[in-house]
Amino acid sequence: MESNDTIQKIPIHIMGKKYQVPMGLTIMKALEYSGYHLTRGCGCRGGVCGACVTIYCNKDDYRWQIGLACQTVVNENILLVQLPYVPAHKANYDIRRIEPSEENVVSLYPELLRCMGCNTCTRSCPMGLEVMNYISATITGDWQKVKKLSMDCIMCGMCAARCPAELAPFNIAMLVRRIVACKAHQTPQYLAQRLDDIRKGMYSAELAKLKGMGKMELLECFREFQATKGEAV
Amino acid sequence: MSYPHVMQASIRMVDQTRDKRLKDEFLELTLADKDKLLREYHPDFNQGVKRRLRVGCNRGDLVPKELADFLEAPSRLAINSVKLDRIEYRTDVLIIGTGGAGLSAAITAREAGADVLLTTKLRMGDSNTIMAEGGIGAATGKEDSPVIHYVDTLIGGRGTNVGDLVEVLVTEAPFIVEWLSSLGVNFDRLPDGSYFTHRPGGHSRRRSHSVKDLTGLEIMRVLGDEIRNLGIEVLEFSPAVELLMDHKGQCGGAILRNLDTQMPVVVQAKVTILATGGMGRLHPLGFPTSNHYGATADGLVVGYRTGTRLIYAESVQFHPTGTAWPEQVLGLLVSEALRAQGAQVVNAQGEMFAASLETRDALAAAIIRECGGRQQGVQTPTGMVGVWIDTPLIDIIHGPGTFKRRFIGIFARFQEYGINPVIEPILVYPTQHYQNGGIAINAHGESSVPNLYAAGEVSGGVHGQNRLGSNSLLDIFVFGRRAGKHAAEKAGRVSCGNLSLEHVRRFETELRDAGIATDTRSPLILPDYRFEKAMTRVQHV
Repeated sequence: MESNDTIQKIPIHIMGKKYQVPMGLTIMKALEYSGYHLTRGCGCRGGVCGACVTIYCNKDDYRWQIGLACQTVVNENILLVQLPYVPAHKANYDIRRIEPSEENVVSLYPELLRCMGCNTCTRSCPMGLEVMNYISATITGDWQKVKKLSMDCIMCGMCAARCPAELAPFNIAMLVRRIVACKAHQTPQYLAQRLDDIRKGMYSAELAKLKGMGKMELLECFREFQATKGEAV
Repeated sequence: MSYPHVMQASIRMVDQTRDKRLKDEFLELTLADKDKLLREYHPDFNQGVKRRLRVGCNRGDLVPKELADFLEAPSRLAINSVKLDRIEYRTDVLIIGTGGAGLSAAITAREAGADVLLTTKLRMGDSNTIMAEGGIGAATGKEDSPVIHYVDTLIGGRGTNVGDLVEVLVTEAPFIVEWLSSLGVNFDRLPDGSYFTHRPGGHSRRRSHSVKDLTGLEIMRVLGDEIRNLGIEVLEFSPAVELLMDHKGQCGGAILRNLDTQMPVVVQAKVTILATGGMGRLHPLGFPTSNHYGATADGLVVGYRTGTRLIYAESVQFHPTGTAWPEQVLGLLVSEALRAQGAQVVNAQGEMFAASLETRDALAAAIIRECGGRQQGVQTPTGMVGVWIDTPLIDIIHGPGTFKRRFIGIFARFQEYGINPVIEPILVYPTQHYQNGGIAINAHGESSVPNLYAAGEVSGGVHGQNRLGSNSLLDIFVFGRRAGKHAAEKAGRVSCGNLSLEHVRRFETELRDAGIATDTRSPLILPDYRFEKAMTRVQHV
């Protein structure tokens, strides 16, 4: 393992302050290497929770980039800041009582109609989602499309932070996805039967018997179940 | 971009040995050899990395050293200066932790009419749950039955599971799928409306219900939305640093620390539920972990001081193949299916050192030995070490296009970082994954301390000494809901006593009497990766 002196380091700028960090580190590790004990701006460290979303500029590039600190590797002279919280409008509703119509969605999120079609939201998404397209689909009521396009959303809030019309697309998509699921929710017959059987105690006697079995007996049962896997796998 | 320069030499050796290895076979270990390997190298069997607890009601039990360090440390509070009469919150049910168990407990407790307060050390929803990919195991299918699920779970747990808990787990499972779907979780379905299911390792039927490969994320989004709609109060960035007891010997609530202001917050609760999750960020044995930033066993620490009993706290699950490079995906699991399709596991010299389909525990041990004593691991620029899974073999054996067809998720993940698994091997190392044991509970989630409950990964007994895939996502909702419901009902019959930290004083006296002097203060709250600790290290066993 190389000593600190021999590792090649590059300069980075954390909220305007310059630090030297080893090459190859993620933004998150670069912050920590520089001495930050993260409280906000750190979550799963695996790219799915949105806690560490970071705004950064590359050297000599005017464009704002948005990425996750745990996934993005630092460049030389990167300028960065984290945005661990975005105040965004979230409507209040009872999903079981809500009338699943476009009018209702718009009444809960009237700012939907302010959308200018500028595509800033799409460009701000660290997951590369087609945010503007799912907002259009929300307005036109193509909710399967909303579900498909927004499914991988990690709720980081950057779309809301940068939208000039002050929409919170991630919260709007959340509502639509739940509506889609609740509308599609029907208990398949086989499951309804299973739930009923369990309520009636159909399995109680067998389970009581199993609870009294030793490991060797259980192993025999297991082998039998494994052998009869058949179509069920 | 691909691999850094320092790793290229090893990759060339893997390329060079590939043709020969195609015809070679590495035999699976005999039972005797496997036993020897496990005893010498598998973390679970290594007594040297564990320590017997010297205090508390599990005194004499072995636990991983890193956990013992925190269980056997004084409070980080100056307990004599905390003003317990300044009660900032009073509630019926206090829930500590906002992963799947915490949120489902909160929703259920509120449904039962209780006043609920949620508290968490990071944001609501920050948890291990959110990263779960696989799915929820439930015996919904016609060819399936809770009886089969029960047997699978017991065998997976090496027969050590608490039967009553497993019975609850498997009989409530189908209701959980129904409940989550009715709340708006978009489970994958087949065209006829039936649930899409798959069969995880150790299960005898297809019973894992999933949402693409983001089951945990989808469920946590929905539950988080529900919590907000219900208006349940959530204190974020407010970890519990001690539990409170009262003069009647009941758990009386908790002291939280506001991480933004560093001020203590006294919460009086009729009933308290610990849903604090796992311990991966203690890095037991120095291993990388698949766990989130906040998984530091705080619930075990503050619970243990109240006198709550632990079960199987010794038992930690290691997955043999966590990603070792690149850094961004360190610790994320790589599917066993790669090996099932012919990808061999090889060392830095491109040589095989274990059978591809060796059992998980033996493979983990073999990899640890290869990188440790044998010094045949691949070094990376971040300090991490690992061995190769020779993924190019897959297309060679099964025809071009096979890898992308069967492993599109893994392909996309590595493509992100300039690595093409079709033509380049990928680097892996065993990863701490799950805390099998924890706070002992009964079927209602009650611990051995009155008015203190536990649910989810922090609890123990459901999975015995080894958890099966898809049973954790199930566990958190089954026992989260049960604890929430029972706690709400119990709260109606509780009369609070005078709050006290006497139990902490007693515990610290016990530490002194046992001759334990340490600079450590617990709970840890958040791991420290500052300065050179940001560089990944692996401490070899």
